[in-house]
Amino acid sequence: MSATGAGAAATPRYTKKDFESDQDVRWCPGCGDYAILSAVQKSMPDLGIPKENIVFISGIGCSSRFPYYMNTYGFHTIHGRAPAIATGLKVARPDLKVFVVTGDGDGLSIGGNHMLHVLRRNVDVTILLFNNRIYGLTKGQYSPTSELGKVTKSTPIGSADRPVNPLSFALGCGATFVGRTVDRNIPHMDEMLRRAAAHRGTGFLEILQNCNVYNHLAWNVVYDKASKLQHELRLEHGKPLLFGPPDDRRALVMEGVTPRIVRAKDVPESALWVHDEKNLNAARLLADLFAPDFPVPIGVLADIEAPIYEDVLLEQERRAIAERGAGDIAKLLTSGDTWKID
Amino acid sequence: MSETVAPVTGVQKGRRGLERAVIRFAGDSGDGMQLTGEQFTTETAWAGNDLATLPNFPAEIRAPAGTLFGVSSFQLQFGSQRVYTPGDRLDCLVAMNPAALKVHLADLRPGGLLIVNTAAFEKRNLDKAGYAQNPLDDSTLAERYRLHAVDMSGLTLEALKDLSLSANEKERCKNFFALGLVSWIYTRPLESTLDWINKKFAKNAVVADANTRALKAGHAFGETAEFFAESYEIEAADMPAGLYRAMTGNRALAWGLLAAAQRSELPVVYGAYPITPASSVLEELALHKRFRIRTIQAEDEIAAATAAIGAAFGGAVGVTCSSGPGIALKGEAIGLAVTAELPLVIFDIQRGGPSTGLPTKTEQADLMQALYGRNSESPVVVLAPATPGDCFYVAYEAVRIAIKYMVPVMVLSDGFLANGSEPWLIPDLAALPPIEVKFRTEKEGFFPYLRDPATLSRPWVKPGTPGLEHRIGGIEKQDVTGNISYDPENHDHMVRTRAEKVRRVGQEIPPTSINGPATGDLLVVGWGSTYGAITAAVERAQAEGKSVAAVHLRHLNPLPPDLGHILREYRKILVPEINSGQLVRVLRAEYLVDAVGFNRVRGLPLASDEIGDAIEQLLRSQR
Repeated sequence: MSATGAGAAATPRYTKKDFESDQDVRWCPGCGDYAILSAVQKSMPDLGIPKENIVFISGIGCSSRFPYYMNTYGFHTIHGRAPAIATGLKVARPDLKVFVVTGDGDGLSIGGNHMLHVLRRNVDVTILLFNNRIYGLTKGQYSPTSELGKVTKSTPIGSADRPVNPLSFALGCGATFVGRTVDRNIPHMDEMLRRAAAHRGTGFLEILQNCNVYNHLAWNVVYDKASKLQHELRLEHGKPLLFGPPDDRRALVMEGVTPRIVRAKDVPESALWVHDEKNLNAARLLADLFAPDFPVPIGVLADIEAPIYEDVLLEQERRAIAERGAGDIAKLLTSGDTWKID
Repeated sequence: MSETVAPVTGVQKGRRGLERAVIRFAGDSGDGMQLTGEQFTTETAWAGNDLATLPNFPAEIRAPAGTLFGVSSFQLQFGSQRVYTPGDRLDCLVAMNPAALKVHLADLRPGGLLIVNTAAFEKRNLDKAGYAQNPLDDSTLAERYRLHAVDMSGLTLEALKDLSLSANEKERCKNFFALGLVSWIYTRPLESTLDWINKKFAKNAVVADANTRALKAGHAFGETAEFFAESYEIEAADMPAGLYRAMTGNRALAWGLLAAAQRSELPVVYGAYPITPASSVLEELALHKRFRIRTIQAEDEIAAATAAIGAAFGGAVGVTCSSGPGIALKGEAIGLAVTAELPLVIFDIQRGGPSTGLPTKTEQADLMQALYGRNSESPVVVLAPATPGDCFYVAYEAVRIAIKYMVPVMVLSDGFLANGSEPWLIPDLAALPPIEVKFRTEKEGFFPYLRDPATLSRPWVKPGTPGLEHRIGGIEKQDVTGNISYDPENHDHMVRTRAEKVRRVGQEIPPTSINGPATGDLLVVGWGSTYGAITAAVERAQAEGKSVAAVHLRHLNPLPPDLGHILREYRKILVPEINSGQLVRVLRAEYLVDAVGFNRVRGLPLASDEIGDAIEQLLRSQR
C-alpha cells in the first residue's frame, strides 16, 4: 500500500490538465459548478500528493457528478451517503486524501444525518458543499437552504419551512474547520480550497454557487458589485471585522452578547472585534450573520484541532498488535474452555 | 426415550440412565435464568454430551417483576446421541415464580419433572400471573407431573446466613441453588461453574463465596432431600473425535470473519448499528482489533452499509450486519454494491417482523427480502448457515465468494442461531479454501469493467495504484470501459451480466448432500436454522421405515446446480419454514415442482414433532 507520505518524495510536477478527466462535462451552460471544477482542478497540483492517492466521493445531485470530471480515483455513490462512504474509506485507507463533493439537498437534507456524524467524528476528509438553495437535478424544487416562502414547482404558494444555515449546522456538529467562499470569486475560492484541503480533520467548505436555471442570482448580494461592496465581510485571522466601501467602513462589534454594526471611525481600535479562527464561540456568532441586516462573512470561520476518528481507531489497533501481537485464529479457536472427545 | 435403571455404588439413591433430556429454566427477567442455563450448558458440554440450546427472553431490558411478559427462559436438550434441536417437549421445568409456571407449564410432558420455588408463590406474584388460587395448593399439578415444591429462596438464605450481605443480595443467589439442584439431578460436574464463579467474582470474595455456597447447597439438597428419589445419568455422546468448544451463532459469524481477515491478509471494516439480535457480532468483533478488524458503530443502518462499501472501494473487506428492519434500510446501498460490483458481505440476523415485530424471537421471513428486496434487478448471492457453529464456515465462505466474484453476499442467520449454542468441533483451518485476493496493478489494457472470463468479475483496484485512476458509481455504465451509458442495449446487457455473475457462483457449490435415499416417496427441503428439527424428524421417519430423505440448502442464490434433478427423484416435496412459505415459492417457480410448505410463524423454532406430523400427513395425502 503506497502511503501519501511514501509517494510524496516522487510526486510528479502536475498541472491543472493532469486532473481533467476525458469525460464530457454535462452541467448546464452557465452553471456555477464549472468555475468550482476549474478551481479544484487548479488547486490539485499544490496539494503535493500523487494523484493516485486522491479520491473524490459524491452522493447524488448536480454537484455529485463532480468525480467523473476529475482524473483521480472517484466514486459517485447514493443520495446523501457520501460522508459515510468516505468514513469507511478513510478507516480502511487513512493514507488517502479524500474529498466529498455534495450540495445543499444531498448534504443537508437526505444526508443531513451523515453530515452531522462525519463532522463530530472529525474524519480527515475535505467536504465541499455547493449551496445553490435549490434542487437542480430534479428540476427546481426548494431545498433545505431555500428561504421561507420560496415559490417553486413543489411550493407554488411558498415554502413553509425555515432554512438551515450550513455554517451554523457544521459548527453545531463540532466541525473543526468551517469556511465559506463564492463561486464567482475565483481568487478567494482558490485560497479557501487550499485552506480546507490543508486542514487535518474534517474541512467543511460552503461554496455559494449559482444555479442559473432554477435559482438564478440567489447569491446576488455577493455577486452584484455594489451590493458586494456593501455586504461582503472578509474574515482574516488576526484582523478586525471591517467591511463596506473605503469611504464608509463599517465595523462589526459586540455589545454585550449581541453583534452590532457601527461606523468604523466611531469606535476606538481597541473596541474592534478581531477575528480569531480558534475561537468557536465567535465563529458561531459570525455563522448566523447574513444580509440584509448584517454583512455576509466570507472566509475561514473556524480552524481548530481535535482528535481524528480514524487516527484514534487505528492507534487502538496498532497498540493492540504491539502489546499482544497480530491476531491468530488458530490460537483463538483453542483458547478458553475447550474439551477433547476421543 | 429409553430408560434403564442402573444403580451406582456409593450412592444411596438410584441413578437412571437416559439417552436424552430436555430441560428449561424459567423465571423472572431478574432471576438470572440465562446465566443459569449457560452454566448448565457448560457443565453438560464438559460431561461430553451433544446438546442444543434455546435462550428465550423478553425484549424489555428490565420488564416489571413477576409479570407474564417479563418471563425469561433457557432451554436445552442434551443426550448421548446426536442432538439436533433444543427439544420439543420438556422433561424438566424449573419455574422460579408463578408467571414462569403459567407461561411454560403447557410444554412440560405429562409425568415430567416440575421444580418450583415456593417462596415466590405469594399473593402479589400469583395476582400478577393471573392465578386466583395458588396452584401449589391443589393436587392437580402433583397428579399430572412429578412436582417438587422447594423453598429455594429460604434454603439459599439459610445457607448464606452468616455472610455479610443484605437479605436481597443473598436471595439473588437462588438461581445458583436451582443450578446446583438440577446439576445433581442430572449428574452434571460442578467444576466448570465453580471455576466460572471464582473468575467472575475474583474481586468480590463474599459474592463468590455466596454463589458457591448456594450452588453446593442446591446440590446437597438434591442428594439428601427425600423426595428426589433418583438422579439421571446421560452417557457421553458418540461424537467425532477432536477438540471441542461451545459456540453460539453470532460469535461464530464474528470468528469466521477473523479467519477470513487472517487468510486474505486484508483489514475488515465492519459497519453496524446496534439492533437485536445482531449487536453481539459487533461487540465480539470489537474485542479483536489485533486481527485488523475495524468496527464502526455507525449513525444508522445506511451509514453502516455505505461505510462498508467505502472500505471495499479502498481495498478492504467491507462487512455490514443487522436484522430485518435494518436490512430494509440498507437496500439502496446494497444496490450500489451490486452495480459498482464491489465485494460486500451482509449479515442478516432475522427476527420476527414486520416492522419492530418480535425483536428477541426468531423467524426465517427475510428470504424474499434477501433475494428481491431492492429496487430493480439487483441480484446478490444468498447463503444460510444451518447451525450455530456453521455460521463460522458461512461467514468465511461469504467473504471468499464476495471477493472472488466482486459481488454482495447476504448471509441469513436468525435469532435462534445467533443465541443458540452447540458443542463445536474446532475447525481444521488448513481445510478451509484459500481466499485469493488479486488487486490489479497493471496499467496495460486496464478498464474498470473488464471481466474475468470464468467469474465475470471486474478487477479490484486499490486507490493509490498509479495509472489506474478511474471513476465508478451508481449510474449505469458501459460494460468494460465503465463510462456512463444510457444505451438501451447496454443496460439490458449489464442487467444480464450482473445476473450471470451471480449464477456463476454455482460453480462453487459442491454436490448436494442427501440425508436418506436418493429416490423415494418424500423429500424434505429446508434452509437455515430448521436444520436440526428437520433432521430429527426425517431420521425418525426413516427409522420407522418410511421412504423419506432431506436436503438442507446452504446456497439460496444461486441454488445448487443439481437441485432440480434431485427434486424430481421424489414423489412429494415438503418445505418446512418459519415463514408463510418463501423457499417453497422459489422452488415451485424455479423448478415447476409441486412442493408443499409447512409453515409456522410463532417466533419460535419449528418442533421436530410437528415436522414429523407434516411428513406423515403429506405421505398419506392423495396430492
